Amino acid sequence: MVKTPKPKELTENLLEKPNLLRGDQPKQSWMETPVEFKPGTYCHAAKPKVLEGLGFPNPREWQPGDDDWQLPDGWEETILKGFQERLKKFRSFKLYMDICVRCGACADKCHFFLGSGDPKNMPVLRAELVRSIYRGEFKTAGKILGSIAGGRKMTIGVLKEWFMYFHQCTQCRRCSVFCPYGIDTAEITMMAREMMSLVGANINWIMEPVSNCNRTGNHLGLQPHAFVSSIRSLCEDIEEITGVSIDVPFNKKGAEILFITPSADAFAMPGIYTMMGYLLLFKHIGLDYTMSTYASEGGNFGSFTNNETMKMLNAKMYAEAKRLGVKWILGGECGHMWRVVHQYMDTMNGPADFLELPKSPITGTVFSNAASTKMVHIAEFTADLIKHGKLKLDPSRNDHWHTTWHDSCNTARGMGLLEEPRYVLQNVVNKFHEMPENTIREQTFCCGSGTGLNTDEFMEVRMKGGLPRANAVKYVMEKHDVNLLSCVCAIDRATLSSLVQYWVPGMEVSGLHELVGNALVFEGEKWPRAMDLREDEPYDYEEPEEEPEAEAPAEATEEGGEGDV
Amino acid sequence: MSMLVSLIAVFGLVAVSYMMELVGLHTVLGIIIPYTAVLVFLGGFTYRIIDWARSPVPFKIPTTCGQQESLSWIKHNKLESPSTTGQVMARMFLEVFFFRSLFRNTKTDATEGPRLLYTSDKFLWLGGIVFHWTFLVIVLRHFRLFVEPVPGFVHLLESVDGFIQLTLPTFYMTDMVIVLVVTYLFIRRVVIPQVKYISLAADFFPLLLILAIALTGILMRYILKVNIVGVKELVHGLFALSPVIPDNLGSTAYIFYIHLFLVSSLLVYFPFSKLMHMGGVFMSPTRNLPNDSRKHRHINPWNDPNIKPHSYEAYEDDFRKVMKSVGLPLEKDVDGEEEGEK
Ligand code: HEM
Ligand code: SF4
Ligand code: SF4
Repeated sequence: MVKTPKPKELTENLLEKPNLLRGDQPKQSWMETPVEFKPGTYCHAAKPKVLEGLGFPNPREWQPGDDDWQLPDGWEETILKGFQERLKKFRSFKLYMDICVRCGACADKCHFFLGSGDPKNMPVLRAELVRSIYRGEFKTAGKILGSIAGGRKMTIGVLKEWFMYFHQCTQCRRCSVFCPYGIDTAEITMMAREMMSLVGANINWIMEPVSNCNRTGNHLGLQPHAFVSSIRSLCEDIEEITGVSIDVPFNKKGAEILFITPSADAFAMPGIYTMMGYLLLFKHIGLDYTMSTYASEGGNFGSFTNNETMKMLNAKMYAEAKRLGVKWILGGECGHMWRVVHQYMDTMNGPADFLELPKSPITGTVFSNAASTKMVHIAEFTADLIKHGKLKLDPSRNDHWHTTWHDSCNTARGMGLLEEPRYVLQNVVNKFHEMPENTIREQTFCCGSGTGLNTDEFMEVRMKGGLPRANAVKYVMEKHDVNLLSCVCAIDRATLSSLVQYWVPGMEVSGLHELVGNALVFEGEKWPRAMDLREDEPYDYEEPEEEPEAEAPAEATEEGGEGDV
Repeated sequence: MSMLVSLIAVFGLVAVSYMMELVGLHTVLGIIIPYTAVLVFLGGFTYRIIDWARSPVPFKIPTTCGQQESLSWIKHNKLESPSTTGQVMARMFLEVFFFRSLFRNTKTDATEGPRLLYTSDKFLWLGGIVFHWTFLVIVLRHFRLFVEPVPGFVHLLESVDGFIQLTLPTFYMTDMVIVLVVTYLFIRRVVIPQVKYISLAADFFPLLLILAIALTGILMRYILKVNIVGVKELVHGLFALSPVIPDNLGSTAYIFYIHLFLVSSLLVYFPFSKLMHMGGVFMSPTRNLPNDSRKHRHINPWNDPNIKPHSYEAYEDDFRKVMKSVGLPLEKDVDGEEEGEK
């Protein structure tokens, strides 16, 4: 087990050691600075069994810290061939190799750079790690002049650098917001990860969930009966807390709506409270829906690997919707799931002509913005319900929470879902304060652990990368007594929990629909309730003494099982 | 190091052209090189654009910087999260002409606590916008030399640009501004540690080259005073495709040839360098696509129809027994076959 440095140590690291963020010029040029794999700064390599099962190249027992990575002969050729192929397939990649002017506008926009000061975490330099190969291997000037023209050759040193720094990018796209040409380092990270996959430089925390998801339908590899039992036991909790009894339909043919959410909501704290919220909501409005055990994972770790795997995993959604004969799909709270659903799904696996134009059976609202994909975000769905006065809500039931809102990177910068969740939130709670302007909406900061980096052995980098987010949370905690950080992302629910525990003790994390669930008023319910969905006691609420969700997700890590989505 | 290389390169260009002028290679300097440079520029530019366009855009990936279009009563941010072609064009217009994204720029400091502080930082935006607009104005002003009669917009630009009647010939503000702003852009590359660390020779070189072009131009216009009639004769000749080398450029003709040579160098360098951002900015998929990917299906030309999910049938085969145990509906029932393993 890797020891994570204390907040004090990371703070010293940031403020007292030479740091480019604060203006200390590194002595060596970046091309001459080799990477060093210190425990805590890299994720474990993918296990051979996992790669084998998925048919990925070069399965073997290895670790990034090894001197010899046991790469196949001619691996450089493989990468370069893959590089050229991708230049031909992705205009974004080709263009972004060519047009960066190195103006530096993106440099201090990346949470990993802000938290670590590591120059190679500046988005522009991260991209240069790949661009230098582009110039050195494919461009005449770079081939002849080498480093003068910013070119270099593909070597093992470079591959190690890629492995390190393209697993320190969470594809959050914050850099892309500020770049005058919209250069999206996330695109380059995706390409680099695809290329690394060609020679077996993968991390286990991504590949094992991919493998699980493929066979069993969800990241943890929980089999259908376990999935069903888990949700049924949540229903028992709901009944105990609220007196409302719920029977969740599974794999039900002919239901109107298929509901898909990240599996973490079924198993991991605090996601399960959000799941309770969804179920209470559906009960409240008498929705005709079904969940699926086959498509029981909304998340898509394939999108952190390569586009083929992303497509393969995502294809289950439409396949299941077709098999069950539903009219449209409702999607739960998740960040990268929604990046995939919003910007990729229809292109990859559509057209969904077997589905109907999504229409809320309760309000009659037609979701014409999802006319082709036929998948609606639950925040859109619930906002519409509230607007039409279809929910009986008592926001004072959340008065023990003073909330703030975390925009997840993917829903903010890959979708534009900003107001819907805020509208829902402000209708189910009484106390709400925004974090500072430069840290929310399209400028929101990543939790520091997205894109499959939410593993325990990586905690040091995660806590560094999460610092900007934590900092803003701390600010509203000190200024407005905020005690709950709410969000629509399953990875966030787990990772922000670890993050605030580390940097902002006393802060809790919740999903949006947990708070909806608390506020919903039912006929014949248990009232006054002794407890909210967390089984805390809201009505003589003081300081949270236990932290119910705190380490639970992390615990599940050792076996590579996916606690955090 | 990379700065030195760029500096030497620019001095080299100046020296080469000066020497060529000395030994009297006027036809080369005045006709052959400019023609070649324009051809390389046009050909190279077109080639690069076509080359980019040959790579498809497989996914619709705009970076959304504002509220999506969703429910009718939620205010859609049409500029930052455009959902129609018109809105995309408006977004692009702001990007191209006003550097909208750069306008957002902030500077981050880490202070005690640790506390991260973000302050608005518009200097790069200002420098960038002033640089590009003056560059454009100067290029357009040159049309006075290119074609006869002088186009109307040139007169307009000249009168605005030269409203401070300081010198003879008329002093153009842009001449001074471009020197200052390029110097600023250069200095920021040297003094801002983050920018210095990422800078390559390819970043210093164009700035120095443009600076050299501006300086030689200013020298030529205000100090060494080349005979403008001769210059016009040459340039008109070039544009009319009947080039001549006039002999009335005066004793300071060398400065004109150096200027022309440096401009030719910039034209040749352009298509093979980061300066192609001029064309690229229009093609960036994170900016030039509408955020309507759930409404209109985007087509990926290389989408592989053979990628299929692990099928439900295979899944049920794997888990039939346990599925039955919790009462899940099945496509094929357990009885008879015992394949439900695991
Ligand atoms: C549609 C046209 C163009 C757009 C939208 C555009 C936009 C930009 C932006 C936003 C920057 C970054 C800001 C900065 O570093 O100053 C930049 C940098 C630069 N542009 Fe352009 N540009 C265009 C055309 C041109 C042209 C025609 C040139 C010609 C020489 C040029 C030369 C440069 C140079 C040299 C820099 C780098 C400045 C530096 O190194 O600090 N640009 N451009
Ligand atoms: S902001 Fe864009 S152009 Fe400027 S350095 Fe970053 S990626 Fe390059
Ligand atoms: S996408 Fe996010 S994590 Fe990656 S370089 Fe840009 S800002 Fe950093």
